[in-house]
Amino acid sequence: MIVPMEHVLVLSIILFTLGLICVLARRNLIMILIGVEVMLNAVGLTFVGASALWQNLDGQMMVIFLMAMTSAEVSISLAMVVYLQRRKNSVDVRSFNEMRG
Amino acid sequence: MMATLTFYLAGAIAVIATALAITRSNPVHAVIYLVNSFFALALLFYLLGAPLLAAWELIIYAGAIMVLFLFIIMMLKLSPSSAEKGLVATRGQWVPVVLLAVALASCTMLLTGLDPATAQEAPRWHASPRDFGYALFKEYALAVEIASFQLLFAAVGAFYVGRPDKMRDEEDVV
Repeated sequence: MIVPMEHVLVLSIILFTLGLICVLARRNLIMILIGVEVMLNAVGLTFVGASALWQNLDGQMMVIFLMAMTSAEVSISLAMVVYLQRRKNSVDVRSFNEMRG
Repeated sequence: MMATLTFYLAGAIAVIATALAITRSNPVHAVIYLVNSFFALALLFYLLGAPLLAAWELIIYAGAIMVLFLFIIMMLKLSPSSAEKGLVATRGQWVPVVLLAVALASCTMLLTGLDPATAQEAPRWHASPRDFGYALFKEYALAVEIASFQLLFAAVGAFYVGRPDKMRDEEDVV
């Protein structure tokens, strides 16, 4: 390890918290998705750091599957954004507060 | 020593670029800052012994996913963009330039440090793409298959959700 594992964890926590703030505070659907991306990348950094700590490939494998999962998630959620934008002509989450079936 | 310095530099760039990304009002600017942040993260992955993941971070995240975001943002024709006048970049537009330049400069610094003639520290652990491929397709072959199914379902689902209104109306009639 070139740096202590604690520093990797602290960096990862900062990035994850920034993503969480973005998801909770922003009201634009696209910005919320960007926050999710930031959080997933922070988790990936933790995996790679743990992989380097124990010199084991399993952590890096998890990041590969994380990337596959993110690709699937982004394609579905962006299609949803396009659909919602067509329905309400807006990407503001406050326009979608009437889920009554 | 050089690698440690580069780690903290790239970490600082990642945090600054992410903080700027989540506070932009224009989603296009946010995506560009996030690409900056992913460049720095790819450097961190490389420093932590994952060269293949670093390449994929750039190819898949910065290259494919973020471009998909940009494509959707452009397609939706969101609120009128605040287009600045003039060709010279304003002060705000220099920030991503500087961040990306520092990321690339630290990458180059690292390559200089890795020159075998000058390298004195013990070789660090890193997973070569060959080891990585063996582990992925031997131990995790089933998981790879499941991930491929997942991507197929995602593609079908995205097409279904995003189908044109004309097709939707026809389905309603039937």
